[in-house]
Amino acid sequence: MPKVKVSFISSFRAALGGADALEVEAATLRELMRTLVAKYPRMQQHIDAGVALAIDGQIYRDNWDVEIAAGAEVYLMPRLQGG
Amino acid sequence: MGNDPSYTNQDFKVIGSRVKRPDGVDKVTGRAKYGADHNAPGQLVGLFLRSPHAHARIVKIATARAEKLSGVKAVITSADLPDLTNGDAAARDILENCMARGRALYDGHAVAAVAAVDEQTAKKALKLIEVSYEVLPHVTDVDEALKPDAPVIHEDMYTAGVDPRPSRPSNLYNVSEFGHGDVEAGFAGADVIVEKSYKTEQTHQGYIEPHACVASVSPDGTGELWVTTQGHFTYRSVCATLLGMDIAKLKVTSSEIGGGFGGKTHVWIEPVALALSRKANRPVKAVMSREEVFRASGPTSSTSIDIKIGARRDGTITAAFAALRYQGGAFRGAIPGMPWAMIGAMTSFACYDLPNVKSVGYDVVVNRPKAAAYRAPSAPMIAFAVESTMDMLAKELGIEPLDLRIRNAAREGTRACYGPVYGPIGIGATLEAVKNHPHMRARLKKNQGRGMACGFWFNFGGQTCTDLNIATDGSVTLTVGTVDVGGSRASLSLIAAEELGIPYEQVKAHIADTGSLGHNDTTEGSRGTFSSGMAAIFAARQAIGVLRERAAIMWDIPVDDVAWAAGHARARGRKHSKLKPLSLAAIAAASPTTGGPIAGHNESVPDNAGVSFASHICDVEVDPETGSTRILRYTVVQDAGKAIHPTYVEGQMQGGAAQGIGWALNEEYVYGEDGRLQNPGFLDYRIPVCSDLPFIDTQILEIPNPNHPYGVRGVGETSIVPPLAAIGNAISNAVGVRMNHVPMSPPRILKELERRDAL
Amino acid sequence: MAAVLVTTKINGDTVEFACPPEETLLSVLRNRLGLTGAKEGCSTGDCGACSVTLDGRLVCSCLVLGAEAEGREIATIEGMADQDQLHPLQRNFIEYAALQCGICTPGFLMAARVLLERNPDPTESEIRYALAGNLCRCTGYDKIVRAVQATAKELRRPEKNKHRRKKA
Ligand code: FES
Ligand code: FES
Repeated sequence: MPKVKVSFISSFRAALGGADALEVEAATLRELMRTLVAKYPRMQQHIDAGVALAIDGQIYRDNWDVEIAAGAEVYLMPRLQGG
Repeated sequence: MGNDPSYTNQDFKVIGSRVKRPDGVDKVTGRAKYGADHNAPGQLVGLFLRSPHAHARIVKIATARAEKLSGVKAVITSADLPDLTNGDAAARDILENCMARGRALYDGHAVAAVAAVDEQTAKKALKLIEVSYEVLPHVTDVDEALKPDAPVIHEDMYTAGVDPRPSRPSNLYNVSEFGHGDVEAGFAGADVIVEKSYKTEQTHQGYIEPHACVASVSPDGTGELWVTTQGHFTYRSVCATLLGMDIAKLKVTSSEIGGGFGGKTHVWIEPVALALSRKANRPVKAVMSREEVFRASGPTSSTSIDIKIGARRDGTITAAFAALRYQGGAFRGAIPGMPWAMIGAMTSFACYDLPNVKSVGYDVVVNRPKAAAYRAPSAPMIAFAVESTMDMLAKELGIEPLDLRIRNAAREGTRACYGPVYGPIGIGATLEAVKNHPHMRARLKKNQGRGMACGFWFNFGGQTCTDLNIATDGSVTLTVGTVDVGGSRASLSLIAAEELGIPYEQVKAHIADTGSLGHNDTTEGSRGTFSSGMAAIFAARQAIGVLRERAAIMWDIPVDDVAWAAGHARARGRKHSKLKPLSLAAIAAASPTTGGPIAGHNESVPDNAGVSFASHICDVEVDPETGSTRILRYTVVQDAGKAIHPTYVEGQMQGGAAQGIGWALNEEYVYGEDGRLQNPGFLDYRIPVCSDLPFIDTQILEIPNPNHPYGVRGVGETSIVPPLAAIGNAISNAVGVRMNHVPMSPPRILKELERRDAL
Repeated sequence: MAAVLVTTKINGDTVEFACPPEETLLSVLRNRLGLTGAKEGCSTGDCGACSVTLDGRLVCSCLVLGAEAEGREIATIEGMADQDQLHPLQRNFIEYAALQCGICTPGFLMAARVLLERNPDPTESEIRYALAGNLCRCTGYDKIVRAVQATAKELRRPEKNKHRRKKA
C-alpha cells in the first residue's frame, strides 16, 4: 500500500498527536480515515463533525472511495458547505 | 466513457447554446407554483408568536384562552416538540431555533404557534397567548460580545479549538487557525507593512419569496410537506428527525423557489408547521411575513476583521495575517464543525501565492437570529478587508493595484492559504483579462473613481441521484433531485441532449419529490448544474448502453458491433454495412418487445466542483455633498470552467454582483439599544433597485475543471465576493477616503469626507 | 365584521366575491379567486411582486382593499397572454433570460406593460425608473432592462412583430 503524507488544519493537530503532518498507508480516502481513527481515536469526533480531503488541490467531501495516487499531496480539513 | 469524471476536450453540439428554459412559459404567465401558491383541502392557517426581546427567560406561556377561541385547532409551544435529537448538538440547535425552549435568544425567536381556520382567527389567537418574560441582558455586536463583561449567552459554552480549554464560559465558541510558513519572519523581511481593521454589518439574502409551506401529518405517522427550499431531501431528514418520524414516511415536494441564495438550505417554520398539523390533524399552511423573514430566518454574519500584509519594495508579499471575528447569531453555526469565521479564514488569502500566511477565525454568539449561508458564505466580508488592504499596500509601494495582484496571484502548484496545493486555476487569467479589458482604459471625471478586486469560492459537489427515462416516442424525461434555483433544468436538459445526441427540445427535466428518487443534497455551493449535470451524463451513458443492446437485438448482431453516435445506433464493421443507423426514437418505439422501458440511472457523489475565481472592475461617482455613491460601470470577469448555458452563467454573475453592490452600499441590519431589529422591511433594508444599477458587463473565462467531463465549475457564488472591496477601492480612488466599514452608506462616507477635510 | 360583496371585472371577466372589509385585493386574488400569479413579497408596497392594474393604473395589490375593486377593471398576469399567444414582453423575458427564479416576473411584466403603453420609446434610464418599484434579487436587472428594450423596439415595428409571432 502506498505511503501518503497527510497534512491538516491546525485545529486537527491536537487530535492527531501534535505533529504538523503524518505519513499514513492508504490507497483511498476511506482507508486513510480508518487508519487515522485506529491510531488516533480522538480524530473520530472531527470525522463525525464532517471532514473533507484535498488531493492535489481538488476538494473531496463525500467520495470516500477516491484513490490517492502515490506521491499525491493530501490535505485534511473540515467539510465545507456553500449557499 | 462510463463513470469517469475526468475532463475530455470534446466538441459540443448543444452545450454552450442559449436555449429557452423549460419553465419559462409557466413563469411569465403566473402559472408556476411557488411555496405560497399551493393549498390542501381543509387546510388551516399557521401563525407564529415571536419574542419581542433580544434575550429573555420565558417564565410562563398561557395558551388556554387562545385554545378556547372558536376556529383555533391547535396551539403549540416547545412542550409539543420534545427533544428527540439524541445528543446531536447541531440538530438540537435547529430545534431550539425553530421554537424557543425556556429562553428567547433573539428578537423574533418563535415562542408559540397556532393553527386556525383562517388568518383573522389565527391572528386573534396569537393575541390571546400570554407569555411572561424575565428580560435578560443582551449583546448584539460581535466585538461587544467578546468583552470580558459581556453577558454570556450560553452558560455551557467553552471555547473550542484552544488548548487548554478555558475555565470560564464565554460567547467565543470556536477558534480556528489556517496557514503555513512563518509570518513573524515574513513581516521581519518586509519593506512595507500595512495594517487595517474593518467592520461589516449583517445582511440578508433578500430572496423575494418568503418561506412558505403546506404541512400535513396523518395519525398513521406519514406526512407530506410542500415547501420552498433549496434542498427538499435535507428538509425531509431534518424535519423527520425533529418530529420523530421515519424519514421515508415524510414526502417532501419542492415548489418552484423564489430565490434562496443559501437562506433556504435551513429549516425555519417547517418543523413547527408539521407539529401543528400533527396536533390539529389537518393540513397547515404557514407563510412567513417579510418582517418575520428579516427577524427570524437566517441572515449572514456581521464581522470585525484585522488585516496585516507585508511586502518587499518590488511588490512581493512576504507575509499576510488576518484575524476574523464573525457572529453566527445565538447558536453555534449552521454547519456542524464548520462555523462561519472558519470558512472566512479559509478563503481569506486564497487568491494569492504567499510564503507566510496565517488566518485566525473567532466564532462568536450574539443575540441575533441564527446565521445562515448566503452565497459564498463568509467570503465577501474577508475579501472586503483583504482586497482593501491590498490596494492600500499598492499605494504605499507605488505599484498599480492590478499589478500587485498579478505579481502575487496564486497559480497551479501554489499552496492555498487554507492548506492544499492548487491544480489548474483561473485567478491569473481573470487578472490578465482585467488588464486587457477596455473598461480599464475608460476616462473618469471628477469625483469618479475606478476600483477592482478579486474573489474566490470553493464550490462543492455532493450526493446526487438522477433518473433518465426514454418514452416510446423517443422523448426523454430527466428526473433530478436538485432544486432548480436559476435555470438548471435547461442546463441539465442540454447535457442529456448532448450525451444522447438528440435535440434539446426532446428532453424534459423534472424535479422529483423525495418519494421518487434517492437522497440528493441541497442545491448550495453552486452544485446544481455541476452535480446533477455529472449524474445526468452518467445516467445518459448508461441509457446509451441499453439502447445499444436493444439495437443489437433488433439487428440480431453482437452488442459489441453496435456503436452510438449522433443520436443513432450504428452497426460497426463492413459485414454490417447494409444495416441503416437506428435512431433513438426507432429503438424506443421497439422497446416494448425488446425488453421493456429504456432507462439510465446514476447515484453518485460527484465531488470537486472546482475552485472558482473572479475579478471585478467598478467605476463609481461619489457625491461629496450627500455622501452617496453611484455605480457608473461594472464588469465581472469569472472563470466558469465550461459554460453550459452562457446566458444563465452571465445571469449568475450579474445577480451575485448586484447583491454585492447592495451589501457594499446600503444593506444592513440595524439593532437598537434594546436589541430589537429596527429595519425588518424592504423600505428600510434597501436592496438595489433597477435605477440604482447600470448594465453589468460579463466576461466568462473557461479554464476547464479537470474533474468534470465537460470541464464545468460551479459558477453561482464567486460573483458576490469581490464587489464590496471593488467599490471600496473605487471610492478611495474617487474621493481619497478609505472606507473600512460596510455598508459604505452616505452617512459613513460623509463622516470620512469630513475627517479628510479636517486634516 | 360582515363581509362585503364585490362585483368587479378581472381580465375582462365579471367576477363576484365576498371578503371582509379589511382584506387586501392581493389576498382576494390569491386566496379567494385562485389567481396566484400576483405574489406577496412584502405586503407593504415595497417589492412590487403583487403588481396588477386597476383601471389601467399600476398598483400594488397588497395596498388595495378587495372592496375597492367594486365596479373597477383589474388586469393580472393571468390575462396578459392572448390565449396561446404570449405577449411580446412575456416572450422576450424568456428569450432574454430576464428571469431566474421568476417570483418577481409577473410584477415586472405588469409594470413593463404599463410603461410601454405610455411610453413606446423609453430610454434606458426611463425603463430603470419605471421599474424601480419592483424588486428582483436574482438578475441584477440587466437582462430585464434588455428584454424591455427589445420589446419596445419590436412593438415599434409591428410588421416584423407579426412575422415573429407567426414563427413563434
Ligand atoms: S407584496 Fe405588494 S409590494 Fe410587496
Ligand atoms: S428572478 Fe428571482 S427575484 Fe427576480
